[in-house]
Amino acid sequence: MVKSRFRNFAVGSTMLWITVFVVVPYLFVVLYSFLERDPAAIIAWNFDLAGYREIFSPVFLVVCWYSLLLALGTTVISLLAGYPFAFILARMPRPLQRMGLLLMIIPFWTSSLIRTYALIILMKANGIINTALLSLGLIEEPLNMLYTQTAVFVGLVYTLLPFMVLPLYTSIQKLDTRLIEAARDLGAANRHIFTRIIVPLTMPGIVAGSTMVFLPALGLFYIPDLLGGAQTMLIGNFIKNQFLTTVNWPAGSAASVVLTVIMCLFLYVYFLSSRKAHTSGMGDMA
Amino acid sequence: MEKAPIVRLKGVTKRFDDVTAVDSLNLDIYPGEFLTLLGPSGCGKTTVLRLIAGFETLTQGEIFMNGSRLDGIPPNKRNVNTVFQSYALFPHMTVFENIAFGLRMKQTDASAIGRQVREALDIVKMSGLESRMPHQLSGGQQQRVAMARAIVNKPLVLLLDEPLSALDYRLRQEMEIELKRVHRQLGITFVFVTHDQEEAISMSDRIAVMNQGAIEQIGTPIQIYEEPKNMFVAKFVGEINVFDAFVREVGNGSAVVDIHGRLFPVQNRSRFGPGSLVKVLLRPEDIQVTVEEEWSGSDPSLTGRVDEVIYKGKTVDLIISLDEGESIFVTQFFNEDQENIIYREGQRVHVNWLYGWEVVL
Repeated sequence: MVKSRFRNFAVGSTMLWITVFVVVPYLFVVLYSFLERDPAAIIAWNFDLAGYREIFSPVFLVVCWYSLLLALGTTVISLLAGYPFAFILARMPRPLQRMGLLLMIIPFWTSSLIRTYALIILMKANGIINTALLSLGLIEEPLNMLYTQTAVFVGLVYTLLPFMVLPLYTSIQKLDTRLIEAARDLGAANRHIFTRIIVPLTMPGIVAGSTMVFLPALGLFYIPDLLGGAQTMLIGNFIKNQFLTTVNWPAGSAASVVLTVIMCLFLYVYFLSSRKAHTSGMGDMA
Repeated sequence: MEKAPIVRLKGVTKRFDDVTAVDSLNLDIYPGEFLTLLGPSGCGKTTVLRLIAGFETLTQGEIFMNGSRLDGIPPNKRNVNTVFQSYALFPHMTVFENIAFGLRMKQTDASAIGRQVREALDIVKMSGLESRMPHQLSGGQQQRVAMARAIVNKPLVLLLDEPLSALDYRLRQEMEIELKRVHRQLGITFVFVTHDQEEAISMSDRIAVMNQGAIEQIGTPIQIYEEPKNMFVAKFVGEINVFDAFVREVGNGSAVVDIHGRLFPVQNRSRFGPGSLVKVLLRPEDIQVTVEEEWSGSDPSLTGRVDEVIYKGKTVDLIISLDEGESIFVTQFFNEDQENIIYREGQRVHVNWLYGWEVVL
């Protein structure tokens, strides 16, 4: 009985927390998205679709499109960089694996905002990298790194890479090496082993990692802001501006709802693919 | 066997760090034979298989296949295929795709793949299950798919790494017969690894008994069982009773040995001299047991008391403790003219054997 009471308490308190701080505020956002904008009182309690009309303008679609591209690019770069790393890590001797994971988690002890400022210090015109390269005589004049597309990608990938590596690491570690031997025995060259055995069998990790990078990349606004110099508007920036700058809460709420819908679509795809991976027997191979 | 060997292992040694798994081993495998590497776990039998497959690199020695050296050739370029102990079926592929995998790697065209996969499925009696996923199959069915996946490539040599060890007893016996049939049907050379001597004896053309990285004896199942060359082989392959003896007299190809003060004539192929200490080995089924009341002969015999009677249906197993203290294990077959032989615990018995049925080491 004590056990079940503890379980009720544990589950119940978490549910309460989520309800108070996530569900209810979010319901407010959904509600606001259908209300009328009032310059004086912020919100007027009249049903109005102006918020949605406003965001389905070409401007917002461009913002959406650009956000998706940026998130997609970040995901692809993280995957290409994270897969080999996760693979090597998962095949290392145990103590080294633990060390590698620890090194990857340590940066989380610092706020990502502060780490983004650290990137600025590295990349700015008279920053550490430029100073070092100049003093070594490798370059004549400072490289233009900060406030470029590249800087935005560097920042996003740097912040989100662990979310790619961890699920990849888990699924690569579960990979049965005997299957690789079996494929080699049947005449498969390395590239075939990779494309036909390793990739399909680690697909749950690839999908999970991609989701965990893609979704935050869609919403993170301060990294493109700080490193990209706020030259391009992203969904995150757009929402922030609607609330804080133009004080158009219905439009901001509507954009939030759209962002949520997009994310839910991707989560649904994730759900489908992980279920498929499961029914294809991953569970039985332990 | 006069034919040239299909696989020749010459002075093959494999060390893992400071453990020697295989120690300068020589072995010729002939085309079309069913050769079993039999030995306890850790004797190096699986390592030999993995060396032939190419999963391990040689520390020393050479492996030849059809006369040309195999070392340095990666597993995917060797004309051998393996049936793995764990089956190692690809969990994300259907039965068809699993079997087709090797053919696809060889760029076989689609219609030929379809035909050959169906043939292979037919051989292992799995037709109609092409579209199943491995996890939907029973252990025995997975075993058959693993077989089909290997034989569809028509390898020169098929390597089988304890493929039956995960199956239950009934299924294992069924698969033994199936394996034999597939071997006959295809005519491919089979190299089979097992620690199960019954499996080895019932399936093999030749058995190589391995111990500590070396071959103790190689020969037909009958040779291995009836003429073990040393104590290891004698004890590993089947049950055996061992008597300490010493040689009293030596004749022409025979000898008289003293066991517990009684003199028995035995064959003396190893030419032991008078006075040498030897071991006389007898299989449980080669020992004759006669109850005291019926004992009439003057033949030499050992006497003892029945300790335990284990009725096995077609045989009865007896544990007899000899008057000298040691325990022996005897298997008696029921036969027509001795239908009423019923042993009881506590019965006094005489134990002997026919000249020539013993092994003297």
